[in-house]
Amino acid sequence: MKVVRPLLIAAGLLLAWEALVWIDETPHFILPAPSRVAVEFVDRGDTLLFHGLHTAAEIVLGLILGVALGAGIALLLTRFAGLRAWGLPIIVLSQAVPVFAIAPLLVLWLGYGMLSKVAMASLVIFFPVASSLYDGLRRVDPGWLDLARVMNAPPRAVLLRIRLPAALPAFATGARVAASVAPIGAVIGEWVGAGAGLGFLMTQQLGRGQTTLAFAALIVLCVLGVALYFAVDAVMTRLTRWLPRDGEARS
Amino acid sequence: MSVTVPREAAPSIHIERARFAFAGRRLFDDLSLNLPAGRTTCLLGPSGVGKTSLLRLIAGLLPPEPPTRINAADGKPLTGRVAWMAQTDLLMPWLDALGNVLIGYRLRSDAAALAAAQARALDLLARTGLAGRERDLPATLSGGMRQRVALARTLVEERPVVLMDEPFGQLDAITRLSLQDLAARMLAGRTVLLVTHDPLEAARLGHRVHVMAGAPASVGSPLEPSSDPPRDATSTDTLAIQAELMRRLADAHAFAVPA
Repeated sequence: MKVVRPLLIAAGLLLAWEALVWIDETPHFILPAPSRVAVEFVDRGDTLLFHGLHTAAEIVLGLILGVALGAGIALLLTRFAGLRAWGLPIIVLSQAVPVFAIAPLLVLWLGYGMLSKVAMASLVIFFPVASSLYDGLRRVDPGWLDLARVMNAPPRAVLLRIRLPAALPAFATGARVAASVAPIGAVIGEWVGAGAGLGFLMTQQLGRGQTTLAFAALIVLCVLGVALYFAVDAVMTRLTRWLPRDGEARS
Repeated sequence: MSVTVPREAAPSIHIERARFAFAGRRLFDDLSLNLPAGRTTCLLGPSGVGKTSLLRLIAGLLPPEPPTRINAADGKPLTGRVAWMAQTDLLMPWLDALGNVLIGYRLRSDAAALAAAQARALDLLARTGLAGRERDLPATLSGGMRQRVALARTLVEERPVVLMDEPFGQLDAITRLSLQDLAARMLAGRTVLLVTHDPLEAARLGHRVHVMAGAPASVGSPLEPSSDPPRDATSTDTLAIQAELMRRLADAHAFAVPA
């Protein structure tokens, strides 16, 4: 049932959509029927694959870079208390600027290629990672820190062997959020200016009234997002295997 | 038995003129206490009297307020010679039992000492009744087992001074008795300060028992039973010690809170 249920929901939604288009006789350049989109998948499969891979690469690179950046910032702010007063306002400021507003600037500075999109995705991703990990690193059982102190543990060891593992559940939450917002950054970048990618394909085709192909691109984007989320979720669950899960018996 | 004996002789410890205030309230002032070498000293008192603060001062977890003086009789600093066991087990949920016992060596990144401690840790776990559970995560162990792991972690460090803060307070009565026996046997030869609010625990485990009471608190003259700990919980001797401790606690309470 766990696998069947989402498939049933998807099938139901597609059927309703198909029925709506048939009953209403909506023109396909406004809302194409799913059957039409399916045909498009077959006809333009290579195009979708090319742009899909391009966007996937941007998102994955952005995710790696953003998570590394966010984790690095959180660790630095925790380890060097003096940095907090200077670092936190800069981080908050970076999130106060809407990513839509700086997208054209990033394209201007970093070019129409992949780099500006990776930068955009990292910008969206690093914040949930940094803030959740930072919180996790600071919310540690003070008893553990006392124990470490009596054991003469150096600060670096306390950070890496106590605070970091203790913060992994919080980090996992941040990483899951990051995975679900990661496509936003890349696609915005592609809308503003690009030569490839699903966002580019969508704006290009919508401008020409080729709504069906734009819809196909949208579906590829959805699948990418869901796959990314589940991949990150699987990694995070593995990292926090020691956490008691709901429904598991405890002695 | 050699595995549990600390590498150096346990020193006696002298606390003089200790003073500590918490949230503007003076918990104790001009308090003095001697911990005889290689013996277990119990500090018995009601909750909130400042027992834990005194223990934390000795552990170096609280900054001493002048004119507090805490010295080991051998003149060497206490840092690095003290092991600490708290009321909660403080096990790291992501490490298995063995990993938790050896956490101190990992934290100090001392590979040579870690390798040497490995066999000792396994032996300690076996002697605390946890053979076969070395690879189990804390979440899969019972409260008593977890506290046994904490005891093994305290002992594996081979530190001559052990400070215990109500280490068995959260266990059921039967588990508590068996862990008290275990701890008393394994801690023999170390200078131990055991803080507790349980008169029976103090009566069973202390070479010396002091009652700590009052606000600011003071420490009374010790009761020194002639028999060696751990004492049988049901023997009339132990019960007589317990009764005497109860009487002293009640007296101290009456003195501190005039009717």
